[in-house]
Amino acid sequence: MKKVLVLFAHPKFEKSRANLVLVNHIKDKEGVTFRDLYEEYPDFLIDVPFEKKLLEQHDVIIWHHPMYWYSCPPLLKQWIDMVLEFNWAYGPNGKALSSKICLNVITTGGSKELYCTQGINSYTITEFLRPFEQTANLCLMNYNKPFTVMGTYKLTDVELEVYGAQYSSLIDSFQQ
Amino acid sequence: MTGSILFDAIVFLLGAIICVSIAKRFGLSSVIGYLMAGVLIGPYVLGFIGEEGEDILHFAEFGVVVMLFLIGLEIEPKNFWNMRKTIAGMGGLQVAGTMVLSYFFFYLIGFEWKVALVTSMAVALSSTAIAMQTIKEKGLMETTFGNSAFSILLFQDIIVIFMLGAIPLLANTDEESTTTSHEAAGNLLDTLPMGYQTLAIILSVVLIIGAGQYLIVPMLRKVAQTGVRELLIASALLIVFSISFLMEYVGLSPALGAFLGGVVLSSSEYKHELESTLEPFKNLLLGLFFIAVGASINFVVIAKMPLTIGGILIAVILIKALVLFITGRVFKMKLDQKMLLTFSLAQIGEFAFVLLSFAFQLNILEQEQMDILLVITALTMSFTPIISIINERLILPRIGTKESIKRPMDHIAKSQNVILVGFGHFGSTVGRFLRSHGIEATILDQDSNRVDFLRKMGFEVYYGDATRIDLLESAGIAQAKILICAIDNPSITREITKLVKEKYPHVELMIRAQNRYDAYELLNMGMENIYRESLDTSLSLAKDVLSKLGFRKYTLNQQVQNFIKYDESSLRRLAAEPKQGDNYIFKARKELEEQERLLNEDFKRGIVEYDNHWDSESIRKVLEDQQKDNPS
Repeated sequence: MKKVLVLFAHPKFEKSRANLVLVNHIKDKEGVTFRDLYEEYPDFLIDVPFEKKLLEQHDVIIWHHPMYWYSCPPLLKQWIDMVLEFNWAYGPNGKALSSKICLNVITTGGSKELYCTQGINSYTITEFLRPFEQTANLCLMNYNKPFTVMGTYKLTDVELEVYGAQYSSLIDSFQQ
Repeated sequence: MTGSILFDAIVFLLGAIICVSIAKRFGLSSVIGYLMAGVLIGPYVLGFIGEEGEDILHFAEFGVVVMLFLIGLEIEPKNFWNMRKTIAGMGGLQVAGTMVLSYFFFYLIGFEWKVALVTSMAVALSSTAIAMQTIKEKGLMETTFGNSAFSILLFQDIIVIFMLGAIPLLANTDEESTTTSHEAAGNLLDTLPMGYQTLAIILSVVLIIGAGQYLIVPMLRKVAQTGVRELLIASALLIVFSISFLMEYVGLSPALGAFLGGVVLSSSEYKHELESTLEPFKNLLLGLFFIAVGASINFVVIAKMPLTIGGILIAVILIKALVLFITGRVFKMKLDQKMLLTFSLAQIGEFAFVLLSFAFQLNILEQEQMDILLVITALTMSFTPIISIINERLILPRIGTKESIKRPMDHIAKSQNVILVGFGHFGSTVGRFLRSHGIEATILDQDSNRVDFLRKMGFEVYYGDATRIDLLESAGIAQAKILICAIDNPSITREITKLVKEKYPHVELMIRAQNRYDAYELLNMGMENIYRESLDTSLSLAKDVLSKLGFRKYTLNQQVQNFIKYDESSLRRLAAEPKQGDNYIFKARKELEEQERLLNEDFKRGIVEYDNHWDSESIRKVLEDQQKDNPS
C-alpha cells in the first residue's frame, strides 16, 4: 500500500468550515500521514531534516491548502522554499522525490465559473497552479490534476460531506 | 611662604584647576597645563613654593608607580610575554643608541668621561609619566605607536636598575660618601654579594606573582564580601604601597614592581574595580608630579647661561628624536606612527632626577653640571608636549592616514561594544544568547561569589558597583554602543541609567524593568528600551494554556504579539498621565488601582481579533447580505 503525506496549510483552520470537513475525512485513514503545518510550525521555523525524512518515507505528496490570492498561504511557500533543497529534491543529484505522485488539494471561496477566461479571475485553477506543477516537475515527481472544492461559501453541510467522501476515495485510489 | 599645608594645597589645586582648564580649552594635553601651573607657582614667578618642590617631586613620583600598576592591569600576562621581543629589541636599541650618541656629545662639549657616561644614562631614559599620560589621554594605547612607546618605557624601567647599580662603580674614591648614600637609598642589593642579588630580584618577582594569585585576590574577595566601599580603596592602595615597598627594599624600581603586580592582577575579576579606584589617585599624583617638575625649572641657571642651556636642550632632543626615529624605522613602523614615537619620547624622564642626584651624592657630578642637567631635564619634559602638538597639527596632517582609521575592525574587536550590568538569572540568559552569536559583552556584577564562579566558566565578568561612573568608564563605556541593565533592583537601575544617559548619551540603554510601575518611572525618565521581565513569560504561559484548550498555535502567536503591542501602547499612554506624589507607602495601593484600571480597559475592549483575513464566516456573511440586497 502506498503511503500518503498530506501537507495541510491553513492559517485560519478554526474558521474554515469546508476544510474541517475535508480534513476529518482523511486525517485518520490508514497509510495517511496528516501534517497540520500551521500547528507544527507557528513560528515558521521549519524542521527541514524531519520534513525531508517524511518525504522520503511517502509515495504520494499532497499540498492541501485554501487558495489565497491565487496561491498558497505563506507557510506552505516557506515549506517549499526550505525543504526542497538543491541536489536533494532537484539539481544534478536531486533525485530524492523522483517518481513520487504529487498534487494540490485546494478550496476556493469563489465558484468554478469565476475561474475561466470569461470569469472575474480570468484564468482556470490549472493555470494558477502552474508554479506547483513546475515545482513537482523539476523535482521529477508525477504531477496529478488537483482535487478542488470550489465556491465553499455557498456549499451546504451535506454538499461538503460529499466532497469529503470524494477526497477520501481519491486517496484510496492512490493507495491501491 | 606661609608654610601651612592647607595653603600649599590650595595653591597647588588652584594652579592645577586654572592652568589645566586653560590648556584643555586650547586643546592641549593636561600635562602642559600642569607644567605651566608649576612654573607659575614656582620660586621664580609667583614664589608660592620654594625649595620643598624637590620633596614634592619625590612624593609625586608615586603617581608614576600607580600609573604603571594601572598599565599593568590592562596587560594580561600572555600579552606581556608576547611583547618580550619588542620590549628588549626596541628598548635596547633606543637606550643603547641614545647613550652612545649623547656620550660623545657630552664628552665633546668638555664633560669628563664619567660625567658624560652618567649623563648619557640619564638622557637615554624618557618620561613614562609624560609619555603615557599623553598616550592614554589620546586613546592611542592600542596602536603600534602606543605599544612601541610603552615597550621602550618598560625596558627603561628595567635598565634603570642596572644603571643605579653601575653608577657607584664610577664613583670617585671617596668611599665614605658612597656608603652613606647607599644607606640613604636603603638598598638591600648592594649589601648582598653578586649571586644573591640576582636571587633577591628573582625572589621578589616570584613573590609578587605568588602574592597576586594566592594572597591579593582572596583578600579582595573577602573585602568585596563585606560590601564596604572604603575597604576596597584601602586594599587597592595597600597593594600598590606594599609592592613599592618591597621593590625599594630590594633595590628594584617600584614602578617596575607595580607594573608586574598589575599584570598579575590583570586577569582577576577585580581588574576594573582596582582601575577605577586608583585612577583618581594616579591622576592627582601625576598632576602633582608635573607641577613639581614645572616648579623645579631653575630660571636663575637659565638666565646665567641661556646659550649653553639652549644648545644642550636642542642637542638632547635631537639626539633622542633621531634614535627613536631610527628605532621606529628598524622595526618597520609606518611613517605617522614613527613620527608620533619620535616626538613623544624625546624628553629626559623622571629617572634622570634620581640618577643625577645619586651621582651627585657620589661626587661624580659637580654642582654646576647638576644644575644644568636638572634644568635641561625639566625643560625637555616641558617641551615634548609642545613638540608633540606641532607634530600632530603640522606634520601628521601632511603625512595622511592615521592607523586607527586604517584598521577599524581590529579596534572594534578589541573594545567591547556591549556592557552587561547584572548577571543573575535575567542577565545571564541575555549574556548567553549574545555569546552564542559571538558577542562577548563586558559583564559587571556585584555578587563576588557569582563573579568568581562565572570566571571559572570562562565569562569575562568583573566585580563592581555599576552606579559608579568610573567603574563603567574602565569597563569601556566611552566606546560602548549598548549598555544592558539587567539588575533586579529598580532604584539602582534608575540610578545607573540616569547616570549613563547624562554622561554618555551616545550609549543605547536596554533596561530590564521589574513591572509596570517600574516601567512608568523609567519612561518618565526618558528611557526608551524597557523590558518588563514578567510580560513575555506570562503571555507565553497563557498562550500554551490556550493551545492546550484547543486554540491554534499560529493564531495564538499573532494574538500574543498583538497583545504585547496593545499593552506597550497603553503603558506609554498611562505613564504620561499625571500621578499623585511618589510616596512609597502608597505604592502597593497604587499598583492595585493600576490593575483595576487595566482590567477595566480590557473589559471594554472585549475579545479581540486583530486579524480577520480569510475568515470565511465573515466573507460569507457579506456575500449573503449582498445577495439579499440585489437578488439576481
